[in-house]
Amino acid sequence: MAPQMVTANRLADGVVVYLAADGRWRERCADGHVVDDRASAAQLLATAEAAVATCDVVGPYLIDVVPGDGGPRPQRYREQIRAAGPSIRTDLGKQAEGY
Amino acid sequence: MYTYDAFDETFVTERVAQFRDQVARRLSGELTEDQFRPLRLMNGLYLQLHAYMLRVAIPYGTLTSIQLRRLAHIARRYDKGYGHFTTRQNIQYNWPALKDTPDILADLAEVGMHAIQTSGNCIRNVTADQFAGAAAGEIEDPRIWAEIIRQWSTLHPEFSFLPRKFKIAVTASPNDRAAIAVHDIGLKMVRDQHGEVGFTVYVGGGMGRTPFIGKEIRAFLPKAHLLSYLEAVLRVYNQHGRRDNMFKSRIKILVHEIGADAFRERVETEWAAIKDGPVELPAEELARIAEQFAPPAFETLAAVAPEFEMRRFEDRAFARWARANLFPHRQPGYAIVNLSLKPEGEPPGDASAEQMDAVADLADRFGFGDIRVTHEQNLVLPHVRQKDLYELWQALLPLGLATPNIGTVTDIIACPGLDYCSLANARSINVAEDITRRFSDLDRAHDLGELKIKISGCINACGHHHVGHIGILGVDKKGEEHYQITLGGDATETASIGEIVGPAFSAARIVDAVETVVTTYVGHRAPGERFLDTYRRIGMKPFKDSLYATH
Ligand code: SF4
Repeated sequence: MAPQMVTANRLADGVVVYLAADGRWRERCADGHVVDDRASAAQLLATAEAAVATCDVVGPYLIDVVPGDGGPRPQRYREQIRAAGPSIRTDLGKQAEGY
Repeated sequence: MYTYDAFDETFVTERVAQFRDQVARRLSGELTEDQFRPLRLMNGLYLQLHAYMLRVAIPYGTLTSIQLRRLAHIARRYDKGYGHFTTRQNIQYNWPALKDTPDILADLAEVGMHAIQTSGNCIRNVTADQFAGAAAGEIEDPRIWAEIIRQWSTLHPEFSFLPRKFKIAVTASPNDRAAIAVHDIGLKMVRDQHGEVGFTVYVGGGMGRTPFIGKEIRAFLPKAHLLSYLEAVLRVYNQHGRRDNMFKSRIKILVHEIGADAFRERVETEWAAIKDGPVELPAEELARIAEQFAPPAFETLAAVAPEFEMRRFEDRAFARWARANLFPHRQPGYAIVNLSLKPEGEPPGDASAEQMDAVADLADRFGFGDIRVTHEQNLVLPHVRQKDLYELWQALLPLGLATPNIGTVTDIIACPGLDYCSLANARSINVAEDITRRFSDLDRAHDLGELKIKISGCINACGHHHVGHIGILGVDKKGEEHYQITLGGDATETASIGEIVGPAFSAARIVDAVETVVTTYVGHRAPGERFLDTYRRIGMKPFKDSLYATH
């Protein structure tokens, strides 16, 4: 199985977040917890669903990630844009904060 | 311009209070996302790729300077300092926080605006010719009827849960600038042989996965019967439109499947039962609404202002802008001014809060405080004295709002695409930006004449690619962005759906491919021919040959 992590949007402000190893939601993809077997992926998603129930995030799902210089990064193009911000406005989104 | 009466005000204010309560209950966990989603969508709030997105309705694309300033304020205070004007004449904010949206809606309500019916399977914001009330040759102001439709369709209980979303566009000019042929219902004001004014009614136009040009189902509908007739059309659709398959649920599929004649018959039968009944608009109410669209206090002026002529003669850049961005006004001595939101290398349709404020000020100074949003994602000052045009142009230049490119190769429609939209297959804004860079030479762009490029990031076709002279559709090929080209689309009174030219091009090749199409046109055009004319004369083959010969 390809390495994966869980992403979602924070409920109150919609910001894209990633589930970290300590169970907290981080804004940087590189801080997300990477799993590479099905059981751990299911476990991670279950943790995320609990965060939905407590109104921290909405719409969690698993994404494929690949190792990068600064840590794991999304494999799919769509998720790369989500992790960085609009490609045509590099002054906006996480990329603007140096993520 | 239409201003809210007490009924509208109370309704919108109540709606804000309801939504405030719903958001609070969502944030506290009392409502689940499944329970909340339909409520937020009913208030125009989507969850997109990066954040929430709020779509605010701009009925028939008309704004007062007060409203535009409020849109600027919202961009600045609650968003990231800009907004995106859409092909439905609306504005979208890309970054609002859920917790702020009740305040945003309250700010909007104060200036008679809201985000209701900008989502969901209801009758959406009614669109109209952006030159309404100003265009030479217009029969009457189509916004009177668009406003009547807005009032009739707002929270219409019978039509709040249609099989699918429903879009109506109105025009009253022989030149269709409202793309009525690709709407669920397109209404064109016409005069019959006795001089009476009414509508030609088209149904079943649309884009998306299965594009169709609307079919005429009534050549002449006396205008007094508009609402009963629309009600009949919507009833037939509501009863017979498919609810079992989302891809077949739009009215265009119903009209296509049963045929325009059968559809017309059903509508006529339904209409016979409700015609002259309570749904028809009382004459006093029509007069009340029409009065709100009375022309502004135009001055009596000569047809041509000498100052304007002189400046055009003296200043080549001004002359170029005047040629591209001005349209004839029905009132002597006035002009319709297009403010391009398509500067080179920038996202089509985006405007900063500073630009919005500045346009509002210029509208107050030069144009009765009246601003329009076009479905081609530009802004318009509809009533400017010719003698003020030079001063206005000079004020627009430093704002980046004077690009002289209306209707040219760089006046591109592009949907948000994968840079913002969670449904996208590919980006569209970057392709538009790259094309504007490639064709940045204004002499070349003007030499090419009218050329409409329209780009969508997926088959939903928000970027109207089906009706672009050159249409570009983003597709995903094994996880990579590719772009399919269609040729020969047209959204005007000579509407047609573009044809796919062949296999899609990679992101690296798409701009070259567009240039190949353009140079093929230049090589084949007869004197005075626009791209569309040449394409219709010579067909697809020469384009196909030059596009795929190089492979
Ligand atoms: S056409 Fe597709 S990608 Fe573009 S805005 Fe519409 S849904 Fe999104």
